Amino acid sequence: MAAEHESPMHQFEIQRLIPLKLRGIDISFTNSSLFMVIAVALITLFLLYAMSGRKMVPGRTQSIAEMAYEFIHKLVQDSAGKEGLRFFPFVFTLFFFILVLNLIGLIPYTFTVTSHIIVTFAMALFIFALVTLVGFWMHGLGYLKLFIPSGVPIWLMPVIIPIEVISYFIRPISHSVRLFANMMAGHTMLKVFGGFVVGLGALGGWAPLGFMVAFTGLEVVVAVLQAFIFALLTCIYLNDAIHMHH
Amino acid sequence: MELQAAKMIGAGLACSALIGAGIGIGHIFGNYLSGALRNPSAAAGQFTNLLIGFALAEATGLFGLLIALIILFG
Repeated sequence: MAAEHESPMHQFEIQRLIPLKLRGIDISFTNSSLFMVIAVALITLFLLYAMSGRKMVPGRTQSIAEMAYEFIHKLVQDSAGKEGLRFFPFVFTLFFFILVLNLIGLIPYTFTVTSHIIVTFAMALFIFALVTLVGFWMHGLGYLKLFIPSGVPIWLMPVIIPIEVISYFIRPISHSVRLFANMMAGHTMLKVFGGFVVGLGALGGWAPLGFMVAFTGLEVVVAVLQAFIFALLTCIYLNDAIHMHH
Repeated sequence: MELQAAKMIGAGLACSALIGAGIGIGHIFGNYLSGALRNPSAAAGQFTNLLIGFALAEATGLFGLLIALIILFG
């Protein structure tokens, strides 16, 4: 088990498939990029194929595409309001990109892009910047009132305002770490228990094998749930910026 | 103590933040379930709030896990 290629962390290694350099910056096409391209291609091809017929009474594939559309549409409308619907294409893209990346990662010997914090952090940082810009664009400097909750006695303000500011700026970190840690911890655990199955052999390996089957089922739930939570929190942050409920 | 050993112990200690996440997630789902059994018609409307609470409770514990990873691989 000590060998480098058997470590549970090996599956997260990035390999350069096509080494590329641009003015000293490494822009190689890696296995991470490959799986992102696969995910985008899968989503695009599926939606194009499903909606190619555009029947009045939808068939099976068209129903799936329409249900997915309505699901995210309802999510955005419920949690970000009517004005939030202008961000619907963004949330839809985000949800299905993360969902497909998570689900592809569950297939053995594939690569889970979302288990790299740089990927999730880049997405979360983009959302944070978007939300902040939307807030200032819609409310001007009044957006700063987000940090002053209403109904709080004045003597509590010196405590509340720093807490609100910190909790605002920690959003991209918690947003990205949640997805990254869930995917990474789940895959590491599967690998560790896979090692138990091999280590205990044909006699004792059945117990961890049964656990692994159950745990893979749980991981599918986690993959869908985390994609949903990522999209949901994006909607809630957008709602904060658009409506300022504080 | 060797630095490597101290790092390992530190990483293990940092993971204890997940105790809180476990308790918090259990509280949220348990309370949601008991509320949903008392008033099943209101349960569906609170499902989004359930997930928000779950996500927030989980995040605090995952910060600890992140610290452990930084200690081990940083």
